[in-house]
Amino acid sequence: MSPEELEQIGESERERQAQFSHTVKVCVAAGCVSCQSEGVKAALEKEVSRRRGEGECQIKGVGCMGLCADGPLVTVGDSALYSHVAEADAPAILDSLQGTPVSRLLCPTDVPFFQKQKKVVLENSGEIDPERIEDYILHGGYSALVRVLSEMTPGQVVEEVTRSGLRGRGGAGYPTGLKWSTVSKAAGEKKYVICNADEGDPGAFMDRSVLESDPHRVLEGMLIAAYAVGASQGYIYVRAEYPLAIKRLRIAIKQAERLELLGNDICGSRLSFHVDLRLGAGAFVCGEETALIASVEGRRGIPRPRPPYPAQEGLFGEPTLINNVETFASVAPIIRNGGAWYAQIGTEKSKGTKVFALAGSVKNTGLVEVPMGTTLRQMVFEIGGGMSEGRKFKAVQTGGPSGGCLPEQFLDMPVDYESLAKAGSIMGSGGMIVMDDSSCMVDVARFFMDFCMSESCGKCIPCRAGTYHMRRILEGITRHQASAEDLAQLQELADLLRNTSLCGLGQSAPNPVMSTLRYFAEEYRAHVEQHHCAAGVCKNGHKDE
Amino acid sequence: MRRMGNQPRGLIETLHTVQETFGYLDLDALRYVAASLRVPLSRAYGVATFYHFFTLKPPGEHTCVICIGTACYIKGAPQLLNAVKQEFGVAPGQTTVDGKISVLGARCLGSCGLAPAVVYDREVAGKVTPEALRKRLSGWKSHVS
Repeated sequence: MSPEELEQIGESERERQAQFSHTVKVCVAAGCVSCQSEGVKAALEKEVSRRRGEGECQIKGVGCMGLCADGPLVTVGDSALYSHVAEADAPAILDSLQGTPVSRLLCPTDVPFFQKQKKVVLENSGEIDPERIEDYILHGGYSALVRVLSEMTPGQVVEEVTRSGLRGRGGAGYPTGLKWSTVSKAAGEKKYVICNADEGDPGAFMDRSVLESDPHRVLEGMLIAAYAVGASQGYIYVRAEYPLAIKRLRIAIKQAERLELLGNDICGSRLSFHVDLRLGAGAFVCGEETALIASVEGRRGIPRPRPPYPAQEGLFGEPTLINNVETFASVAPIIRNGGAWYAQIGTEKSKGTKVFALAGSVKNTGLVEVPMGTTLRQMVFEIGGGMSEGRKFKAVQTGGPSGGCLPEQFLDMPVDYESLAKAGSIMGSGGMIVMDDSSCMVDVARFFMDFCMSESCGKCIPCRAGTYHMRRILEGITRHQASAEDLAQLQELADLLRNTSLCGLGQSAPNPVMSTLRYFAEEYRAHVEQHHCAAGVCKNGHKDE
Repeated sequence: MRRMGNQPRGLIETLHTVQETFGYLDLDALRYVAASLRVPLSRAYGVATFYHFFTLKPPGEHTCVICIGTACYIKGAPQLLNAVKQEFGVAPGQTTVDGKISVLGARCLGSCGLAPAVVYDREVAGKVTPEALRKRLSGWKSHVS
């Protein structure tokens, strides 16, 4: 495919869409689908055909619009956003096309939730039909790939990504350019590119949303990476729990193959690249790259010591590049607009934007993308719209089971890799859960430890036995049956796990405990000394569940 | 299996297909898969038990997956679990004695904006209350099929 042919596809799609004088977009990503948006879409289509308006009005299923708490969401044209739409609203919405919007459904868009966001990864979410490659191409899709193949050397691609300052969005924040350069220099007969879409963090749904809303963006990122590092085979390791994402990825791969954007000698270049899906089967540890590789090879997902790093010896012993969904999704805009453009967004050490899944006790739960360096206060009180049900802010949890809980004093801290780590949490993949005074922090710590214990693969003893004992002590505290000695032992075990576990899961498992011990020590003491739980979650002696 | 070239590396994919078709993995299926892919039965069993997604027990007529991810946990998933336990006497991973309802716990369904979330058979429901859950499950129990 030449740049001209690509433009031609976009042009005919533009003409196709221009036939319609009205476009009604219905969110068909998981959040809205769970509140029956597909029924709304069907109702709208039925109403359009009843009015014989098929030639004039198109009903388009699009990706996530962000404000998941108020779904199903529908937009009309560029202006009106409707929330909580029901099937019965279809006639009213179609009536409004000629006149004024339906005021009872209108959702204001001039609020911080929309104004404070900066969309790079999510630029097409809520705009394009995720099941039409032509729509993606119309919005600039695959132009970065075609440009890379026709104008740039692999070295130049790596340089551009390095210049952008992009860091791994899976959580650890390893510089992406450096990773690509290592794999490109590694010697091997065959190289692999793996997209880690095993979003195991409870409370995180960024990757799911990107895959459901704009799957081609991820494929394009992988293709550019394959060209840069010299890989010929790609795998997307996606959770089996995300059937909709899997379905859309399968469609996207077929469409890309049909246009010969995947396959042999892509766009007449020497790049040959094939992509297959591998379904995860519910194991948090498979987010760890060596465990993920084991799982793609069809084995139990058990990590191994590094080095050798996957960049040298990865899948089937060959050099392998592993990046997260959001990392790959950032690549095409970087190539299109230049690394320097990306690097001017964000803070000195954390460049670009980050997608967060905002959930918990805030009014506006959903998916947001903000420049790095946005403060927690802006996230919670402006974008999030403040606490729900008038409750009092207590903590914000980032990084899932590997992260920490940060109290009020950190609200003005900028959200970037360094600041979060300094405060005892991590960026993680982007889950951000806001907790109010009805949450007991000891109970939250127990919840996460319970998670780590059942997700521990059991290979190394510090993690296997350590998580068990930490959970036992935390359980004791929430039942008001623990002593001061138990608290000391909890701290000791936390240090042990952090220093001696084999992989990231074990090393970071104590984080929720350590951060709550540090910032909510009085709550632990109240449980141990006065047998009192201020939040009323832990009942004396017989905690439910 | 043939699609994967009858190779050991296709083990997880194959188990997915088997479970999708039969609803669970029984010992016969595991034996057959292991023999066909030329892996020891211990490895097939090891993989099947390692991953939470695979189940070795037949599911009930209906399944109810309660999300116990972080957002759902702080928004009331424990109360949902309690309600199911009290009303029907089952905890996650168990099936009611009459084989009608299997209750499962999930580590985040990614519907955190709608916490707490529950999947009834294949349909996701958000902002579920213990009353709504009880009502839905009682409907399943009384329904004669």
